[in-house]
Amino acid sequence: MTLKQPFETVVAVHGSTVLRVCRAVLGTVDADDAWSETFLSAMRAYPDLPADANVEAWLVTIAHRKAIDVTRATSRRAIPTGELPETATTPEAGHDPDLADALARLPDRQKQAVAYHYLAGLPYTEVAAILGGSTDAARRAAADGIATLRRTYPGVATRKGEHR
Amino acid sequence: MNTNHDLPRDLARAYEATPEHLRALQARLAAAAQAEGILDVAYRTVDSPVGSLLLAATEAGLVRVAYASENHDTVLQMLSDRISPRILNAPARLDTVARELDEYFAGQRHSFDVPLDWRLSAGFRSTVLHRLPEIGYGHTASYAAVAQLAGNPRAIRAVGTACATNPLPVVVPCHRVVRSDGGMGGYLGGVEAKRTLLTLEAAA
Repeated sequence: MTLKQPFETVVAVHGSTVLRVCRAVLGTVDADDAWSETFLSAMRAYPDLPADANVEAWLVTIAHRKAIDVTRATSRRAIPTGELPETATTPEAGHDPDLADALARLPDRQKQAVAYHYLAGLPYTEVAAILGGSTDAARRAAADGIATLRRTYPGVATRKGEHR
Repeated sequence: MNTNHDLPRDLARAYEATPEHLRALQARLAAAAQAEGILDVAYRTVDSPVGSLLLAATEAGLVRVAYASENHDTVLQMLSDRISPRILNAPARLDTVARELDEYFAGQRHSFDVPLDWRLSAGFRSTVLHRLPEIGYGHTASYAAVAQLAGNPRAIRAVGTACATNPLPVVVPCHRVVRSDGGMGGYLGGVEAKRTLLTLEAAA
């Protein structure tokens, strides 16, 4: 029985998480391009995806590759172009610029490990599969990233929240 | 070790996108998928006097019209299984049929001229459905008469089944097929919807 959901459902269910991951890894400006490339690429391959595949891990894997592409393309551009929608540069309500800044300053690997584990909720085995290297290395990268975030973004350490 | 219990929540909040922003990205995806030729099924819903209608089209044409009573999510899943899971809410491809339906429900249009994709009907049922547009606007025909029209006068029950499983109701007018004794007969969108359509057409 291979009941595969309509791709619209995939976008509706995972779209916001994938955008968060793209924003965390790339920043808000480039995230829209990475999101679009990710879902277009995913839609192309969707009919061949096994019905029992972990769709979120699959999407984050694609997003990881697209983010690298976007980063390369951006660094090749000498002057930023004006092709991005205006909304992409406008901070939206609910944004926490301090935390976003702190995360943006992390080394790429730590940033990615934190995004894929804490934002996408992937287990470290999946994070390691995306980043390459061992599960322990992925766990360490995320832990190092979190430790830095706690130092540079003190609000995290003092605020209380319920356990998930 | 006491890890940051609320860090995932803070992070999620830091990168939250508005529903409008996500809708804009979805629309951009739909346009890109259409341009790349990978949007196998586009759909939208329209409001009508017979309730919300789901409209779905392949590159070939309109492939499905569904009443709310059929459950639109169920119908989309069926399209995913039978045609392709590359399905997006992408209204542009349905603009023409949506406009023609508006005109039809306003009593200003008597026939539809959008391309139809018949792949969801086969065999004798398909033969029956292909003949239905010959029953003119404002007219009705009996199940027996349609059986005759379809070349198998004894297949009256099969005509009923063909109408009951019409993938393109309203546009392919199975609502114009009624009982020989003058009764309305059943309808896949419910008897109320059938009455509404026949009343609309009789008024014109």
